[in-house]
Amino acid sequence: MEDKFIDLTVPGPTITPVSKPFWDALSQDEFVVQRCLDCTRWVFYPRNLCPHCWSNQLEWQQASGKARLKTWSIVHRPGHPAWQAVAPYVVAIVELEEGPSMMTHLLVDVKQKLDIGTPLELCLTKVNDRNMPFFRVVD
Amino acid sequence: MGKRSGAKPAIVGLGELKPVRYTEGQTTLGMIAESVRLAALDAGIEKGQIDGLLVGPQVGETPQHVPATVSEYLGLEPRMSNVVDLGGATGAGMLWRAQAAINAGMCETVVCVLANTHEKGKVSRSPNRNPIREFDVPFGASGANTSYALLKQRHMEEYGSTQEQFALIAHWARKNAQLHPDAIFYRKPASVDDVLASPLIVDPLHLYEIVMPVGGGAAVIVTSNERIIDANKHPPVYCLGAGEKVTHRAVSQAPALEAAPLSYAIAHALGQARLKVEEMNLLSLYDCYTSVVGTTLENAGLCPPGKFGEWMKHHSFGHDGDFPLNTHGGQLGFGQADLAGGMSHIIEAVRQLRGEAYGRQIKRARYALVTGNGATLSEATALVLGGEA
Ligand SMILES: [Zn+2]
Repeated sequence: MEDKFIDLTVPGPTITPVSKPFWDALSQDEFVVQRCLDCTRWVFYPRNLCPHCWSNQLEWQQASGKARLKTWSIVHRPGHPAWQAVAPYVVAIVELEEGPSMMTHLLVDVKQKLDIGTPLELCLTKVNDRNMPFFRVVD
Repeated sequence: MGKRSGAKPAIVGLGELKPVRYTEGQTTLGMIAESVRLAALDAGIEKGQIDGLLVGPQVGETPQHVPATVSEYLGLEPRMSNVVDLGGATGAGMLWRAQAAINAGMCETVVCVLANTHEKGKVSRSPNRNPIREFDVPFGASGANTSYALLKQRHMEEYGSTQEQFALIAHWARKNAQLHPDAIFYRKPASVDDVLASPLIVDPLHLYEIVMPVGGGAAVIVTSNERIIDANKHPPVYCLGAGEKVTHRAVSQAPALEAAPLSYAIAHALGQARLKVEEMNLLSLYDCYTSVVGTTLENAGLCPPGKFGEWMKHHSFGHDGDFPLNTHGGQLGFGQADLAGGMSHIIEAVRQLRGEAYGRQIKRARYALVTGNGATLSEATALVLGGEA
């Protein structure tokens, strides 16, 4: 199922010095997210200060890879033409167990019944030779 | 040192280019200039009387130094100029800033202008190198259609709203556009069934629920110069209240729908104007997608969160209805000339309040609520405009 993305030449992440540890960890099959050492809240996407309390004491910590579905949509006509090869596909906003929300790609059949709150799990997927944090529905 | 002039700032000039599906042989600067020229004619002023200039960002032609470039092109020498960068809320944001700049003594007569070309086959990709580009785009979630589809899906799942309820919004937009010969969908009405039969672009959004990108432009002139206001052939229109809020950029970071920034901006604008939303004779609500109108009706407090569909069943939205809504057809019916699309809601409101919306005039139109919405329910500006000071 995940093979279809391997040769997909879509725009990859525009990695910055601040976000590099996130992508580096993914390439080692690890999913790390920043956590604020002052207010203890988790922070996503990567920043150099906590948006909740403005502490600059952020630490990379292992995240569970568990999430719940907030919303989704089935993309028939992608905003970027390179994605057309795998359309229709499902993109989703998920809430990580640790709190923050993120955009992701859902590895589900477009006909699958989904609901707000559907439990999801991380499924690292090679896209154009990079490990991407896609999610799938927990069986 | 500019002394504050006596009169309350008034909207005295409108310039609007008829939207076209594709422009040919045009430049954005040229269309900006034509929009400004039309607005000055409407205001009955010479270019030398304009001493303030507000412009928008231009992705392709002039990414930087926009006010200087526009001033040079038009031969203007403003003593206040700036870029307003609020996406679809830019037009409304400009109006409030023009008024504030005048009240602060920075200038007296401001032109607010937005325009853009739209050439066939030319897709300008965003030059973003920022979090939305890094953390949304690589998952296949590029572009506004996908972002708004996610928000519409959330509304449908959370509140049980239906495709028919959203389609009704597109139907009214097309219906109202039949009374505006400049609208891109003039002579192209669409029933609820037509909307539902149009292709799903990004499920749950159908083609007819999405604005059509067009080329166009719009300019509005605000002044506190009493001679200009007195000599104007049109009755003055005033901004009685305004409100604004910016929350996030990427849809993945959006707050809950009922806490969308428009809920704050609308309440603030109505509070400043000391008016209730029910007193508005026109709802000129930003409508890049049907779902934005649905949530805006809820954010405005016309109905509880999630209930726009039920509420709409009991009301009528033409110029002769009990809640006239986007009588120019909205952008869904009129076309979206990029950032100038948001300005179309202001232009229609001023026409209605002047009593010059020929063929679709609202009887005794005194107050209008105008909203602007940028990014994905991220940048919100609301204005209450009125024909009486
Ligand atoms: Zn913190």
